[in-house]
Amino acid sequence: MRTCPHGVEDGGEAAVLDDLDPLVGALRERGFAVVGPVARDGVIRFAELGSAADLPRGLADEQAPGFYRLHERGELVFGFAASPDAVKRYTHPPRSVLFRMRGGVPEKVPPRAGKVALLGVRACDLAALAVQDRVFLGGRHPDEAYRERREALFLIAVTCAAPGGTCFCASMGTGPRPTSGFDVALTELTGPHRFLAEAGSERGAELLAALPSRPAGDADRAAAREVGAAAARMGRRVDLDGVRERLIERRESPLWDEIASRCLTCAACTMVCPTCFCVTVEDGVDLADGTAERAERWDSCFTLGFSELGGAPLRSSGAARYRQWLSHKFSTWVDQFGTYGCVGCGRCVTWCPAGIDITEELERLR
Amino acid sequence: MIPAPYRVRSRRPDRADTVTLTLEPVEGTCPPFLPGQFTMLYAPGVGEIPISVSGHARSGGYVQTVRAVGPVSRALCRARRGDIVGVRGPFGTHWELSRARGMDVVVAAGGLGLAPLRPVIRELVAHGARYGRISLIAGTRTPATLIYPRELARWGRDLDVQVTVDHPDRTWTGPTGLITKLVARIVFDPGRTYAFVCGPELMMRATAGELLRRGVPAGRIALSLERNMKCGIGRCGHCQLGPLFTCLDGPVLTYDRVAALLEVRQL
Ligand SMILES: Cc1cc2nc3c(=O)[nH]c(=O)nc-3n(C[C@H](O)[C@H](O)[C@H](O)COP(=O)(O)OP(=O)(O)OC[C@H]3O[C@@H](n4cnc5c(N)ncnc54)[C@H](O)[C@@H]3O)c2cc1C
Ligand code: SF4
Ligand code: SF4
Ligand code: FES
Repeated sequence: MRTCPHGVEDGGEAAVLDDLDPLVGALRERGFAVVGPVARDGVIRFAELGSAADLPRGLADEQAPGFYRLHERGELVFGFAASPDAVKRYTHPPRSVLFRMRGGVPEKVPPRAGKVALLGVRACDLAALAVQDRVFLGGRHPDEAYRERREALFLIAVTCAAPGGTCFCASMGTGPRPTSGFDVALTELTGPHRFLAEAGSERGAELLAALPSRPAGDADRAAAREVGAAAARMGRRVDLDGVRERLIERRESPLWDEIASRCLTCAACTMVCPTCFCVTVEDGVDLADGTAERAERWDSCFTLGFSELGGAPLRSSGAARYRQWLSHKFSTWVDQFGTYGCVGCGRCVTWCPAGIDITEELERLR
Repeated sequence: MIPAPYRVRSRRPDRADTVTLTLEPVEGTCPPFLPGQFTMLYAPGVGEIPISVSGHARSGGYVQTVRAVGPVSRALCRARRGDIVGVRGPFGTHWELSRARGMDVVVAAGGLGLAPLRPVIRELVAHGARYGRISLIAGTRTPATLIYPRELARWGRDLDVQVTVDHPDRTWTGPTGLITKLVARIVFDPGRTYAFVCGPELMMRATAGELLRRGVPAGRIALSLERNMKCGIGRCGHCQLGPLFTCLDGPVLTYDRVAALLEVRQL
């Protein structure tokens, strides 16, 4: 099968799969741990799959600012939108040991980067990966551990069938249809239930060729087009026109204090955000053998210690911390990395316990 | 992110809480540094902090001056001759001495700000003929907190050196009060002057403001900014100041690039 990065709507070759089990099996045979969505404690999370039967078929999510529920509805395997776990967990893990130092000699800790196949990656997640690539690999000091983990990934994307209540990828230009950056892209179709599969890389094509499938017909393509079109009708949007400059002009706006009166500075938004990259470091000594260890773990500009200088936090007010977060995403990120730091996945809106909605706040800051 | 092991070759206490270390790589030679750059110094098991390079030792190591203010700086100040510390770097932008060639030069240091400026001053002393009038003004809390007192006396033979203290003691005969008062006193041709300013942020803003008032363009006033730094290489996000990563775009930046940012409270 020829690779086709542009998507089935452009008339590329596509195959129809009736079942995902052979796909999961073939990836496992190729040495990948297959990680995909599973329902756990009322939430969709990423976890290693034994077989396609572990996928959460017939579940749909309901998302709103500060609100998330799963309902039994329909027959789709991928009938939900972004979940709190992002690809970041696999490329930029919550905690990683940087080195150990024994007898004055620092030793690199080899990353445990086994090969991981991520099944069910959304277009916004792929866009977030591209943003992360710029952050970690695009500068003067590329992060080799990130590179190793990144290269160990096999990505199976899925077209979003139902946008979440908090999604706005369409206005960020990042979704809902995956167009590049994947090995295989799936579109889930019903009546009968089946998947339209396209390859985005040589190894994706090789994998698909090894699976039981039939070539896609016109009806399959038409149905896939409909899925993509339906998903594009999403409730939320942001107006990017002039947003970078506007946030600079609004640095002293009283609105920051108003937002801060609702914000709990809990850092949940930065933890679920697929592009937030900030880390802090932890040092320790193993008392048994005197080995010193240094690890990095996710940090957030919402914590007080983040900006500590000379014994006191520089951004002591919640307003200053919220301003840092929003301005970084939509303004200074552009200066630093040439893209927005937001891909419109809506996670920060859903998982904010106070229901603060960045699309609304951006609109108010106009 | 892995430091290279360096050995403490010498340790010179400067003041009650300040120590100057000479650090030599356990293997090979240390990479060259430019005046104003910093390293991330790692006290094994305790932590890692940014410290400016204050010079090259004749033996080839880095000379770095550390003031004990918290856990990591205290551990580094306690390091003894022969101990191993970790070094990453040098990182960051530098004092662009080449831009000051042929001009009057003002070096203004507040407190420990003298440490990052030391390589600039040594260059000015060594090659004074390349520059116009050279003034070094320094402010310190008390006479006892002034670092490099002996070197200051020596530099005074070649440069116009003036020191002011906030809280004089009985032995102090020099000027007292803010460093901005000294800016008003020194002689330079504002249209042909380059200034290197380092110290607490308030001191730098006040000094830059005074230099601006006297007519030095903001693009020729260089400051060295301090922010929380965990990585030194644009990864941890801690050192952001608006669009700038202080570790990559700084620490040395000209006032025209940062004046507006520094005016925003808690940016
Ligand atoms: C680019 C750059 C260059 C630097 N160069 C130098 C240098 O050459 N020499 C040098 O000594 N430092 C330098 N610093 C500052 C140095 O990095 C900090 O002092 C250091 O990070 C402190 O780390 P720590 O772990 O010892 O203390 P921290 O873990 O930061 O803890 C600080 C604690 O000490 C106390 N504390 C800290 N500062 C003060 C203060 N000013 N007044 C009162 N209490 C205080 C507080 O109680 C606080 O809890 C530089 C910083 C930067 C960004
Ligand atoms: S800022 Fe919010 S919507 Fe944007 S990428 Fe991050 S979590 Fe998603
Ligand atoms: S928004 Fe905050 S936590 Fe996220 S990358 Fe920016 S500074 Fe870091
Ligand atoms: S110190 Fe980590 S980004 Fe600058």
